[in-house]
Order: sequence, then structure tokens, then C-alpha cells
Amino acid sequence: MWQGIETGLVTAFSISNLAVVVVGCFAGTVIGMLPGLGPISAIALMIPISYGLDPAAAMILMAGVYYGAIFGGSTSSILINAPGVAGTVATTFDGYPLARRGQAGKALAIAAYASFSGGTLAALLLLLAAPALARVSLSFQSADYFALMLFGLVAVCAFAGRGQVVKSLLMTVFGLMLATVGTDPTAGVPRFTFGQLDLIDGISFLLLAMASFAVSEALMTVLNNEDSARQAAKAAAAGAGSLALSKKEVAEIAPAVGRSSVLGFFVGVLPGAGGTIASFLAWGMERGLARGAARAAFGKGSLRGLAAPETANNAASTGSFVPLLTLGIPGSGTTAVMLGALLSFGIQPGPRLYIEEPAVFWSVIISMYVGNIVLLILNLPLIPYIARLLAVRKEILVPLILFFSLIGVYLVSFNVFDLWLMVLVGVAAIGLRLLGLPLAPMILGFILGDIMEDNLRRALIISNGSPAFLWARPSTLFIIVATALVALFPLFNRRAQAGEGG
Amino acid sequence: MARCRRGQCAAALLLAWLLALGGVAVAAAAVVKPARIHFIIPGGAGGGWDRTARTAGDVLVKGGLLQSASFENLSGGGGGKAIGYLIKTAERQHATLLVNSVPILVRSISGIFPFSHRDLTPVAAIIGDYGAIAVRPDSSLQSIEQLIAAFKRDPLQLRIGGGSVRGDLDHIVAAMAIRALGGDLQQLVYVPYDSGGKAVVGLLTGEIQALSTGFGEALEQMRAGQLRILAVTAPQRPPQLPAVPALSEYGSGAEFANWRGFFGPPGLPAELADHYAALLQEMQALPAWEEARERNGWVNFYRPRAQFADFLAAQEAVISALRRDLGFR
Repeated sequence: MWQGIETGLVTAFSISNLAVVVVGCFAGTVIGMLPGLGPISAIALMIPISYGLDPAAAMILMAGVYYGAIFGGSTSSILINAPGVAGTVATTFDGYPLARRGQAGKALAIAAYASFSGGTLAALLLLLAAPALARVSLSFQSADYFALMLFGLVAVCAFAGRGQVVKSLLMTVFGLMLATVGTDPTAGVPRFTFGQLDLIDGISFLLLAMASFAVSEALMTVLNNEDSARQAAKAAAAGAGSLALSKKEVAEIAPAVGRSSVLGFFVGVLPGAGGTIASFLAWGMERGLARGAARAAFGKGSLRGLAAPETANNAASTGSFVPLLTLGIPGSGTTAVMLGALLSFGIQPGPRLYIEEPAVFWSVIISMYVGNIVLLILNLPLIPYIARLLAVRKEILVPLILFFSLIGVYLVSFNVFDLWLMVLVGVAAIGLRLLGLPLAPMILGFILGDIMEDNLRRALIISNGSPAFLWARPSTLFIIVATALVALFPLFNRRAQAGEGG
Repeated sequence: MARCRRGQCAAALLLAWLLALGGVAVAAAAVVKPARIHFIIPGGAGGGWDRTARTAGDVLVKGGLLQSASFENLSGGGGGKAIGYLIKTAERQHATLLVNSVPILVRSISGIFPFSHRDLTPVAAIIGDYGAIAVRPDSSLQSIEQLIAAFKRDPLQLRIGGGSVRGDLDHIVAAMAIRALGGDLQQLVYVPYDSGGKAVVGLLTGEIQALSTGFGEALEQMRAGQLRILAVTAPQRPPQLPAVPALSEYGSGAEFANWRGFFGPPGLPAELADHYAALLQEMQALPAWEEARERNGWVNFYRPRAQFADFLAAQEAVISALRRDLGFR
């Protein structure tokens, strides 16, 4: 094993491969910043280029692009509330309020530090535990995935704060309902499509996220009609804000980063869970652990609330390499694209990969670490420039946001129907916002709805239609009990707070 | 022009476009073989259809068989939108080919599509893959006979999973295996996953006992030590695995190939369709095609024109009959 690591170190630190990491991270950041282009499209764009490289360099390039794109995605989430990929939706919760407060620079810096820490800690875990973990990830069955999704939904709602629990539940269920539009995942027949051929494939995540976050936000700016020149001047004066973190802020973030790294990595290891669930769970967990004023700050620009999902998202993307490299099973859409690339080089990932191709296996793991360092060095100096985006007058910024959101969605589906649907969702989203209903639980319900239903239906088929699958296996039962406890949390919390008050 | 109102601009563009299309239509009416082909891909970028069409187009152009190729991703309706579009605009699509595969049959049989392959002009199938039934390498089931015997003993404890929805590809292959060895199709518990990869995970976690998947994918997984292949739906035993039986050794009608091929618009002149079929045949002799085929793990499955149409009709009959026996309408 040490010999393999040594080979990997030599391969990863060769000048040409270091250059590949730098190029990959930079390209990934730029691509990821454009709303609509996420890690999957970024990696797909790299495939033709990778044919000219040797397998190790190609994998290193793709890992670099992957990380870059994830970081780039958080940039657009923080600055213009446009999460291009599901994994950065949770980043908008606290990142966007921070940017609006004139602390965009700090928010981006925290995102960079958190991504770095999450990626680094997870890469260490990967180095130590990859082969052993591969087996563990195979003990997770459909029933467990269903329970895990349920836990994620309940946790986010239960920790939504006073007066918000019912609203969050309402919007989560609305999101779940939206997810059922399209083709039934088990029987393959259309449902809730109103006879529209365009709806057979369902509503795309990108469309819903762009319309309900970016488009509605841009239109809200118009509705608020604050004097644009004055606003731009204010933003310019505030600039990016300071990038530096005080000692107190570091102390606030550090434990959250530590916890979220571990959580993110283990969620990432499970094939079919991945960065999105990891980021939501981390945000929910930190909010649940926070007390008093710190909890109240969540969703309004809490540094901890920003650091947690960013860390977890990156840790999970590192974790998702465990099933890919050790079992040959892609845990996410992105790793599926990478698996295709590996196969085209004649490399079959699997339990024997690190014996047969030690250079590829270890150099990918080591270059992930290098990629994280490069990302930090590359992005910290750029942050003040990126953050200047906010100083652009809204007469220019709003059309640009609308343009990129619409184009981003159109370029994926090439279906004009999607543009109309996007406008409809954007308008509906404004209505919901004016009513004070939170949109984040809706998106969460929508994202998890598909996976949740898929696993529920499968668990039911396997248990021959009986709900016994909920308690048949200890691991499922454990998650279900945890979910029940979390669901009761708001009740206890209210009583505790009432007690304090009296 | 730059200052013209939006309506005028649109009108001018529309006019230019119509003129261009008119040109194409006139050229086609005289059955001049077009130097360029437009490929319509009924799904998004990066999928199997996308890769097939783009690879074929690129190889044709690089091999000098075609001057240029253009590609258009037209997703929606599980591929139905693109097919509907091709039918609606047929007269001006004589230089257009649409890529498709088994779903065009399944979705027209199940009534999701208001049209079928008969509404298009079949040009040629180019690649194909057979179905395979596999188990975990440590499974006690050593052969397809043992697997079906176990199924007959307790169908609830022998669940077969696959990477397609109920009534589609992998379910049909699983049903073929059961029927070929005399099992009762009504007893089959088929567990659908959203991809073949996820189904392999399901097999490894033990929630399904057998897997129905594509032979190419199964072969890769077998080389990685994750699977043992028990039977295939090819007409003969696979040359890579001579010990693995073909299901047709047990019963007739147990052959099934997942093909990918091209269709022209309805009313495409036979001369042009033959020309495209010939182009695709020449393509298969090119080294660039050989390389791409190898890289993607594809198997040549060339069936031109009438042969393709007969194959489609036969496969349609097999799928309908099996679906009926499985309890679908």
C-alpha cells in the first residue's frame, strides 16, 4: 500500500500533472460560476480534451474541474442567489443574506476556506478508509435511503425556527408534489402532465431552482425599486467587505467545519445520497446544535450556516469517489461521467483498482488534496474582483441575471416550453415570497422527492407491499426513530422556551 | 436592420430561414444526395442517443463520406417531442436523421406516444447489445436452471432488478428468462432502478437476488469481480464467455437485442433512405468507427432498411406479447 501511495505522490506532483490541476481548477471555477453549468457539464466539456492525456492526468484534470465547478457554483449562489446545482442551494440560505449586507468578500472567503477544509479532511478520510468503507456503503438498502431522505426533510423543517415549522412543512410537501409531475419512476407511465408531452420528463431541477431563486430575486429587486444609483454607490463603497476573519469568527466556524466534514464525507460515500443531502443535513444539524441568538441568525447571514453546507458539499464530493474508485459504482451523476471516462481508457474501477493501477488510484486521491490547495490559492486573490459584480447597477445586473438564468436552462433542454414554465414558476415564486412562505423547503422537497419516491416504491415492492420495511432492518429502524425524535423537537423546544420565559 | 423593430427582425429572419429550407426541400425533391446530414437527438447532451448520433456524424465527416453534420438536441416527452416534430415538419426534413432505440417501441405500445416507428422511415440499426441475467459472484445459484428453480420454489425471495421501469427493457429480458425455463410470469417480482449502475448496487446490497442488464455493462462488472453472468439473450453463446448459455437454448422467442439506429421523416424517398443506409454501412468499415465502437463498448448490429423494418415489427410483437402476459394492457 505504501508503495502505491509513493507512486501516486510522484505522479501527482509531476510538473505536468500540477499544471493540469491548476488548469482544471481554474476552468472549473469559471464554468461553475455561470448559472446553469454545473460540475456535470464542466466535466463533460473536459472529456474530449482528456483523450489526449494519459489516464492519471485525465482523472486529475477531471477531479480539478469538479472541485472548481463546485466552488464556482457557490459563488453565484452567494452573489446573485442563483444556485446552478442542487449542492449549493443550502449555500444561498446564509450566503446571499451576507452578500446583501455588504459582506460578500467575507462570505466568498468563508466558502473558499470551508470548501478547502471539507475537501482536505475528506481526502484524509478517503486516504485512510476508502477500501474499508466500500463494504459499509453496500449495506445501505432502498429502505434505508428512504428513511434517510425522510430524515433530511423532517430535520430541515423541525429546525426552521418558531412560527416557520408549519410553513416549512407546507412548502416541503408542495415540493414533493412538484416532484411527482412527469413519469412514474416504477411503472413508466405519465402522471400529472395534463396531457402535455413537454411535462413527461418532469420539471427540471435547474429550471425550478433558477426560476424560484434567481429570477424571483431579480424581479423582487425591480419591485422594491430602491434608487439604483444610490444602491450601487452603497454597494461599491462597501466593496467586498473585509476578507479577514476575526479570532472569534474562526472559533465560531471551526467546530461546524469539523462536524460537517465528517458528516459530508460519510453521506457522500453512500451511492445515491451525495452533496445535496449532505449540505442540507449539515445546515440543519448546525442550526439544531446552535443556541439562542446564534440559532436566530441562521438564514439571515450566519457565518456558521454558510460554512456548514459548503464544507459538507465538498466533503461529500470527495466521499463519492469511494464507491467509484473501489466498487466501480458511481454515487452521483458527476462520478458517472467520470466512470465513463475511466472505462474509455480501459481502466475498470473496482476492488482491484488500487492493486492493478496504483498510479491512477493514489494519484487521483492525492491530487484531490492538491486541487483543494490550488483552489484556495487561486480564488482568494480573485474574490475582491468577483465580488465587484454586486456593484453593477441593477438596470444592468437584473437583465444579465435573467439572461443567464434563461439561457442556462434553455441550453440544457433546448425546449422553449421550459422558458415559459420558468416565467410561470418565477411569478408564482414572487407570490409565495410576498405571502411569507419559504422557497428553500420547496426546493429541498423537490430534489429529495424523486429519490425518496424511487426508494420508497422499491422498498414496497421488495417487502411485497407491506410497510414492514420501516422496522425490518435495524439500520432503517434507527434512522426512523431518529426522524421521529427530530420531528418532536419543535414541541419540546417550545416548552423549554416557555419554561425559560416563565 | 440593427434598428428595425422586433417584429420586423423576426419576420426577416423567418423569411431567410424559409428560403433556406425551401432550398433544401427543392434539392430533395430532385433526390440530389445531400452533402450534409442533420441529426436530431430526442434527449439531452451526454446520453446514449447523444453519443451514438454524434459519434456517427463525426466519423462520417472525418471519413470523408459526408461534407458536414449538424446535431440538435430536442428533449421532452421521453423522446416523443422530437419524433412529433419530425413527423410534423417531414417535407423539409429530407436531410435529417433521428436516433432512437427500444423505447420508441415500448412507448408506442404502452400508448405514451401517439405514434410509432411505422410513422417514420426506418433507415438502419447500427449498434446493439444483448440482455444478460447475472447474480452476485458469491451467490449459491450457479446456473440459470438453478436460478429459475429457486424462483419457482419462492418467487418472493427471488427478486430480479434492472435499470429500467416496469414493462421496459430489463423487465422484458427478465421475463424472457423466466418464460424460457417454464416459470410463471405473473409471479415475477421485478424491482426497477433508475440506472443499471444503481441496480448493480441493489444486487450487491442483497435487496435483489438477480440482475437483468445489458451484456456489455454486465461484462465490465464481471471483469471487476462484481457479477456472475448466468445467461444472455443473444442468438448464440457469447464468444467472450462460451460457458454462458443463450436463453434460446431453452425455449424459442428468447432472443432480444437492445439496438440503436436511425430513422428518417415519413415520406422520405426510398432512394435517399437507401443512400443513408449505405453511408452508415460504409461508416462501419472506417477505422475511426472501429475505435469509437471499441471505446464505447458497442457491438455492430447493422440492419438496413427493409431488414430493419422487419426486425422492428418482430421485436414489437415480442414486446407486446410479453407485456400482455406480464399484465400490462
